[in-house]
Amino acid sequence: MKYIEPHAHMVSRTTDDYEKLAIAGCEILCEPAFWAGFDRSSAAGFYDYFRQLTDYEPKRAAKFGIKHYCWLCINPKEADDPGFAREVMAIIPQFLDCPNVLGIGEIGLNKNTRNELAIFEEHVQLALDRDLPILIHTPHLEDKLKGTRLILDSLAAFSKLDRSKVIIDHVEEHTISHVLDAGYWAGMTLYPQSKCSPNRAIDMLEIYGTERLWMNSACDWGVSDPLAVPRCMLEMKKRQHTAAAIEQIVYHNPRQFLSQSPKFVS
Amino acid sequence: MPSKQELLDLQFIDARHKLIDLAAFLDRIDRHPGTDDFRYAALKAALPILLTDRPDRARAVLDAFSDHSTEPIPKATFQGALGAAR
Repeated sequence: MKYIEPHAHMVSRTTDDYEKLAIAGCEILCEPAFWAGFDRSSAAGFYDYFRQLTDYEPKRAAKFGIKHYCWLCINPKEADDPGFAREVMAIIPQFLDCPNVLGIGEIGLNKNTRNELAIFEEHVQLALDRDLPILIHTPHLEDKLKGTRLILDSLAAFSKLDRSKVIIDHVEEHTISHVLDAGYWAGMTLYPQSKCSPNRAIDMLEIYGTERLWMNSACDWGVSDPLAVPRCMLEMKKRQHTAAAIEQIVYHNPRQFLSQSPKFVS
Repeated sequence: MPSKQELLDLQFIDARHKLIDLAAFLDRIDRHPGTDDFRYAALKAALPILLTDRPDRARAVLDAFSDHSTEPIPKATFQGALGAAR
């Protein structure tokens, strides 16, 4: 069954993973800009990172028949230094016209600081100015509930924001209703220990329905599984979900959201 | 949708395994020297939720581990997360 992986940090994965993704049925993959595992020492580090997202990764993916799209931003972990963050944000516009850039992301919060919130809001304004979709990261573990609430309160102040063009990712059982009730899309991330398991994600699908929801692996340089989405598809099958229902959540939903960018071709 | 029996057939052994692993973790902490901290207290405070008769135990456990303050903090003292609010 074909599927879309809407959130994978392939810059941190070996080429073997592209092969595995292709074998598993992945047709399209989206890569948000994120933290490298360490704080970059200069804005030039981000310039080269954006080159990798917009030039090298699409070519690497194409060798396996996978279309690669990306999102650009300075990630929340490195946004607590606003001077540095604004230097990086000044670089972003020169990459926004690249053919595989879909929007701004993954912006958000990490430790829920004032500076992170300010830079988050500046990214939202950039997205609004350029009419781009937005992909939002919610904080880890004990910080997630507070961060989700701060993000929602902040977004509510943007009166011109089209909520159908915003996805708030890494939701869990205590944040999903806040996100969906506010009219945004919600992403469930299948990541060991710190985020959802396949069965918990399926529980949330059964409780909340499939509208405005997607699943992703967010595989990165940590212990994570680039095949988390197809593994969840198998669990859905074991729990008697139909092929149509599975395809809805792993292909048609991401395609519906991502097609809001005119660059997205499925 | 599967029945309770079908779900038990599918997932009971996995759930049993996870419960034993959790029990062994509690034993292990007790057996080792030194003092525990707020994380261990948070874990033990969350455990009774599992035995409540409510449809959203997972949500309640996540809430129990969460920071419920509402104001952004001035500056991050470190970048990571610990799993429980102090």
